[in-house]
Amino acid sequence: MSFFPIVEQYQDFDFSSFFDQVTDDTVERSLARDKLSAMDFLTLLSPRAAGHLEQMAHKAHRLTLQHFGRTVQMFIPLYISNVCTNGCAYCSFNHRNPILRRTLTLQEIEVEAQAIAGTGMRHVLFLTGEAPKVTPMDYLVEAARCLKRYFASVAIELYPLEVDEYRQLAEAGVDSMTLFQETYDQEVYSRVHLAGRKQDFHWRLNAPERAAQAGLRAVNLGALLGLAEPRQDLFCTGLHARYLETTFLDTEVSISLPRFNEAECGDFRPDFTVDDRTFVQFMTALRLFLPRSGLTVSTRESAEFRDRILQLGATRYSAASSTGVGGYADNSAEQTHQFEITDTRSVKEVAAAITNQGYQPIYKDWDVIA
Amino acid sequence: MHNDALALGGRIFTNRLFTGTGKFGGNAQIPKMLAASGSQMITVALRRVDASAGMENILAFIPAGVTLLPNTSGARNAEQAVRVARIAREAGCGDFIKIEVITDMKYLMPDNWETLKATEVLAKEGFVVLPYVLPDLPLAKRLEEAGAAAVMPLGSPIGSNRGLETRPLIEMLIENCRIPVVVDAGIGRPSQAAEAMEMGADAVLVNTAIATANDPEAMGRAFDLAVRAGRAAYLAELAGQSVTARASSPLTGFLDG
Repeated sequence: MSFFPIVEQYQDFDFSSFFDQVTDDTVERSLARDKLSAMDFLTLLSPRAAGHLEQMAHKAHRLTLQHFGRTVQMFIPLYISNVCTNGCAYCSFNHRNPILRRTLTLQEIEVEAQAIAGTGMRHVLFLTGEAPKVTPMDYLVEAARCLKRYFASVAIELYPLEVDEYRQLAEAGVDSMTLFQETYDQEVYSRVHLAGRKQDFHWRLNAPERAAQAGLRAVNLGALLGLAEPRQDLFCTGLHARYLETTFLDTEVSISLPRFNEAECGDFRPDFTVDDRTFVQFMTALRLFLPRSGLTVSTRESAEFRDRILQLGATRYSAASSTGVGGYADNSAEQTHQFEITDTRSVKEVAAAITNQGYQPIYKDWDVIA
Repeated sequence: MHNDALALGGRIFTNRLFTGTGKFGGNAQIPKMLAASGSQMITVALRRVDASAGMENILAFIPAGVTLLPNTSGARNAEQAVRVARIAREAGCGDFIKIEVITDMKYLMPDNWETLKATEVLAKEGFVVLPYVLPDLPLAKRLEEAGAAAVMPLGSPIGSNRGLETRPLIEMLIENCRIPVVVDAGIGRPSQAAEAMEMGADAVLVNTAIATANDPEAMGRAFDLAVRAGRAAYLAELAGQSVTARASSPLTGFLDG
């Protein structure tokens, strides 16, 4: 089983003529449906649907309220290594970049865990680059065990693993995983992934379902918006989520919406940009297509923007993030970050902004029961 | 009406609206909602309880005198549900437990088989077990045999606000179960709560519709009124039926002549 046949199905789909044929009437019809088909979803992603953004926002708000209430799940990322064998043209951890490489020892992970736990955060996401020789399975399992002593929920954002490896991590206390396909456009995928195992599109594409097979309770997907035509990538992300939620009924599927921000790219210039208006269109279209899916918005987005989109469908926020290795226990060291964060507020400040809007920041929504 | 109390797990409830703690914009709304609605039992997901959170711990917002109904939300099988129940009891949450085993994250349908297994184990351990299920009469009878204190059938999917879509199936439970039937999930409006009570449900559990209202306190009050009205109508109809049964029937009167 794989999502790939569905990717293939749309590989030669003529998106622009589909968008050309979308009328205000078809947008209205798709908007009115309780259950949206793939074509309804694509209709709402069309440039034409941007003219109906307010209506989309109202419906997205209503559905989010219904399924998630006035709550936002909080989590914090912890990079435990930036060693990477991949050559992703857009990433500062690219193996060719002459940056200081660092992998935390288990003792250092524990010190970071203590510092993070002190902020009140109870859900942690730990990340590495793709370098199995430097961060092998036994290291990852020990890292997970260590973090589980400090956090109610431990999630991973690692290189793709085998089913059995995901299972080992689940046994060590990991309950969910994030993995971004980056882009579902195979041609662009090959062009920007120039070295390492990440060049294997299929190996990565099938990782979320391997995690689901291994019994992780939640998987979180995403396309890095801007690498390829964003409407198409977001469409494929939504279909991927629907494929997973239908194939693995017991897995919660959520989606992140990472986009390039202008400051961060270094020498890499993405072919596309996603402005705020389009971002909101994407987010609300996803909510209408997948009413129960969590939507994650990271600190790539500005504080002001994150405060605004709370009511439009976002349900998971990271906060106080460091995207360098470690960085919570001692943030004095100069180091390279995987991407620039824009919302630099503390956990308390983000929580206060959420509370000000009449929403409740949720720190703990999981436990050791598996 | 003053004798119309619901006995459940050794306690007496004079209010038949059960509530929940999820989805509120702030925990401080919970005690206000409880006061306004008069609700005497409230469910809380153990996964949300954080003893290390001090005054922010959700349990700190539930007044003494309101029965705590911890639930096993997040459990994917009977074994996990049993473990959550035991943790809840050890954490001082009492003996009441709502078993919620969900293996379908798309529609959030309860897994009746695993729920039955967990009920069998926990009832033997002295828990007051309230299993959340898809309304199914043979299952409800098995739950009864296993020692469940009540059965909690869904009206429609959790958080859907679609009301009593499973009405005919719930009616079978009401007619045939000796244990109380508490309609849980899907009740989106006070009128739907009233409908459930008119049918003869012993109580209803409402969370989303109250917690996500613009004014949860006022909505809690509205649900209280609706539940009381529905219950009163049910009792009144019973009285009416007994009068009819005593009257001689003009349609068959000729047979006596």
